Amino acid sequence: MSVRWQRVRNALILIAGIVLVWQILFFMVGDIAISSPLATLQYTAKLVRTDTFGGHLRATLEAFGLAYLIAVMMGLSLGFWLGFHKLSGDVAEPMLVALYSIPKVTLYPILLLSFGLGLSAKVAFGVLHGVIPITLFTLGSVRNVRPIHLKTARALKLSPLDTVFTVLFPAALPEIVTGLRVGFALTLIGALLAEMFASQRGLGFLLMNAIGLHNVDLIMSITLLLVVFAATISTILLHIDRRLHHQARAADALAM
Amino acid sequence: MKRLTLYRVAVVAIVIAILEWLCLHGTIDRITMPPPHRIVLDLYKLLASGSLNKAIAKTLGNASIAFTLALIVGVISSAVLHGHRAVRDTLDPLFATYYAIPIFAFYPLLIYLFGLGDGPQIMIGFMLAVVAVIVNTLNGLDRVPVVLLKTARIHRLTRFEIARTITLPYAMPYVLTGVKLAVAYSLIGVIGSEFIMSRGGMGYEISFAYTSFDNATMYPLIVLTLLAAILVNGLLTRWEKVLLQRRGLR
Repeated sequence: MSVRWQRVRNALILIAGIVLVWQILFFMVGDIAISSPLATLQYTAKLVRTDTFGGHLRATLEAFGLAYLIAVMMGLSLGFWLGFHKLSGDVAEPMLVALYSIPKVTLYPILLLSFGLGLSAKVAFGVLHGVIPITLFTLGSVRNVRPIHLKTARALKLSPLDTVFTVLFPAALPEIVTGLRVGFALTLIGALLAEMFASQRGLGFLLMNAIGLHNVDLIMSITLLLVVFAATISTILLHIDRRLHHQARAADALAM
Repeated sequence: MKRLTLYRVAVVAIVIAILEWLCLHGTIDRITMPPPHRIVLDLYKLLASGSLNKAIAKTLGNASIAFTLALIVGVISSAVLHGHRAVRDTLDPLFATYYAIPIFAFYPLLIYLFGLGDGPQIMIGFMLAVVAVIVNTLNGLDRVPVVLLKTARIHRLTRFEIARTITLPYAMPYVLTGVKLAVAYSLIGVIGSEFIMSRGGMGYEISFAYTSFDNATMYPLIVLTLLAAILVNGLLTRWEKVLLQRRGLR
């Protein structure tokens, strides 16, 4: 309990610190470049209630949601296959790591040419960012499942499908959730970047539009909304992630 | 190990062969993608003519400035943070959620703050890269065995000497993991922001070529960035392996 309290307290101090730095920055730079925390909040409250904002938000969420869904499904199935089949896993892993490290932004024009301007290019770009970490984490977790668990499954003559759902998946879950967490962040970044680079709808488009119009309040508000959204979901996922890892360690200690 | 490399080469070769075949048979039309052999020829022509040398130098230069800054600031601040438990605990939630925050969303703000020069792009690259360095260096510093620090105390080393002779060398493989990420992130930051809005550089040239349907420039440039990233990453991975092997860790 005290650890959790401490985490909450740390988060609160951190948020207070960020707001403070923001305010000081505002005093230093002035309202040509940034708006104050209070003004941003007020503007955000107004912005959220406008009709056009709802449409843009829905466009972004739709693209991101679809991309994340596809990335998770592809990542999990690829990860399970590569984790199971040792040869393909060994061949593919360094290649995936290399792919993970390339600046994927450069591939966006190719996606635009192949998918056209619109939802599918955004989704494809999100998937491109999210699928590799999910695959890599799943691969690692499946490969590291203790052999005794698999031997037990064999001794009980479980079918491959049963083995996956009753043994492999629960054993690999904590690491998979870590992958899902990293994948979430990257998919969101991919979808937003796609909107910023070329699109007609969505929060990324709104942000680029605001730069063109030199609308500081709008830029600050959207940035704030994006950061709060990403940080909130990511914190929730991190919480689940930590809890699962904790449970897994406790179970391991019990089995020893 | 040799056999695995062979398989990898085979996979890449098959993918390229399929692309080549699809392009030559018109399944993928010319406006979407030129055949791979054409891209290689165009890349050679582009490099030989030297018309884009300025853009390439600008992007790689900015990325290396962002990377160097991130490395220096990252290592120094993690060395400081390591000694201050309370500050570190407070910043921990920031580090944990940092990469979920779309840093590119700050690009417009940075343009206002620094003007539309190289500043905002370097800053984005730096902001993306620095946390990867900090997180991994802290991880490495956490793993320094207590016995080494006790030995250092027996030898009456100063704090600086301890950092130079014990903690930093020990943490090196972990720092290297951060360095690898930082290389990727500084490239992503610089090229990504050039894409969104800028007045030059590879990202700008790629997006310019895209808007003018100039595939003979766009594809070679994309391939060049990818090759550069993979090359640097490969070299660092090799170095990391050597370091870990020397320690018998892998």
